[in-house]
Amino acid sequence: MFKKFSFTENIAGQTQLKSSVQRGIRGKIIEQYPSLEPILDDLMPKKTPIVLVKGHEHLSFLSVNNQVLFFQHFDGPYYPTLKLLHKYPELLPKIQVDRGAIKFVLSGANIMCPGLTSKGARMEVDLPNDAVVSIMAEGKEHALAIGQLKMSTEEIRKINKGIGCDNIHHLNDSLWKELS
Amino acid sequence: MIAQDVLYCGVCSMPPEFCEFSGTQGKCKAWLQKNNAKEFARLYGQTEEIEKGVEGIQIEEKPEEKKNDRSLVKDKSAQLEAKLEKENRKKMESHVIIKRVERTKRKCVTTIHGLEVFDVELKKAAKMFANRFACGSSVAKNNQNQDEIVVQGDFSDELLDLILANWPHIPEDNIDLVEDKKKK
Repeated sequence: MFKKFSFTENIAGQTQLKSSVQRGIRGKIIEQYPSLEPILDDLMPKKTPIVLVKGHEHLSFLSVNNQVLFFQHFDGPYYPTLKLLHKYPELLPKIQVDRGAIKFVLSGANIMCPGLTSKGARMEVDLPNDAVVSIMAEGKEHALAIGQLKMSTEEIRKINKGIGCDNIHHLNDSLWKELS
Repeated sequence: MIAQDVLYCGVCSMPPEFCEFSGTQGKCKAWLQKNNAKEFARLYGQTEEIEKGVEGIQIEEKPEEKKNDRSLVKDKSAQLEAKLEKENRKKMESHVIIKRVERTKRKCVTTIHGLEVFDVELKKAAKMFANRFACGSSVAKNNQNQDEIVVQGDFSDELLDLILANWPHIPEDNIDLVEDKKKK
């Protein structure tokens, strides 16, 4: 998604959100990430306004205190940024790819099924199609990408061919570079 | 849920465990050794021993092995460095053009073009010029669709001095003063 992206060029504008809209967004995020509830007040204190940064191609970012925390494509789910995910690794369910896949994931490839089923890869939790996952790697402790499943984990095991998980946001992509 | 602090590499900006895939692993390694010895020992301490062991046992087989291992990434530091140098050379060749453009009979504006090549933030620079000269100053696109700073009033000489004082890394020879007279 972030093949080529920069905040100076691909931004249509930013607005401070109305508090009623903010409440809605908070609700949505809690609904999506129930584990976030106890710390959401630290993350987005009620008093500080949420700034909605609108980007081109239907991207939007939620930023609090000049830190981008979540982004969204169309009306889809809110994805946390990798920085946020590194801080709170329990935010998303994890899937793990084998070592051979790391290189390709880091250059933006989608995750193929064999990379999720081979030795060294792990899928411990059963997840439905379209679930947002954090992609871990064999032998590494931090997430290297955020993905969205294209098949359920069961199907991935059964079919074992083709794209299993879309690569939404990975280490060292242009969004990561913009934020660091 | 407790927030975790994650260390990021100062060279490639990723967590240090991913440095080996960054293409600048040599530099990353040096950076980590200098900045966080504990993490360095944890990540690289073991592998070095293993590598030594492997070297001792099977020297001939090693190159082939490396080729087959898809998970290894080539160190592109040299390439990147060459690129940087190229950019630097380009920088040295590029010019900052300060141009006086006449607007009406006695009024003119000064445009500065080419500052962005020297990593100057145009917007901030424009604001600074506006403050310094008590005049209007903004970043505008010229007719070639490149960004330039437009300062209202004739400040070409002062601008030259100011640029030299403010951004000492811009060589004086690279700044050109041009006067653009309105055609009659």
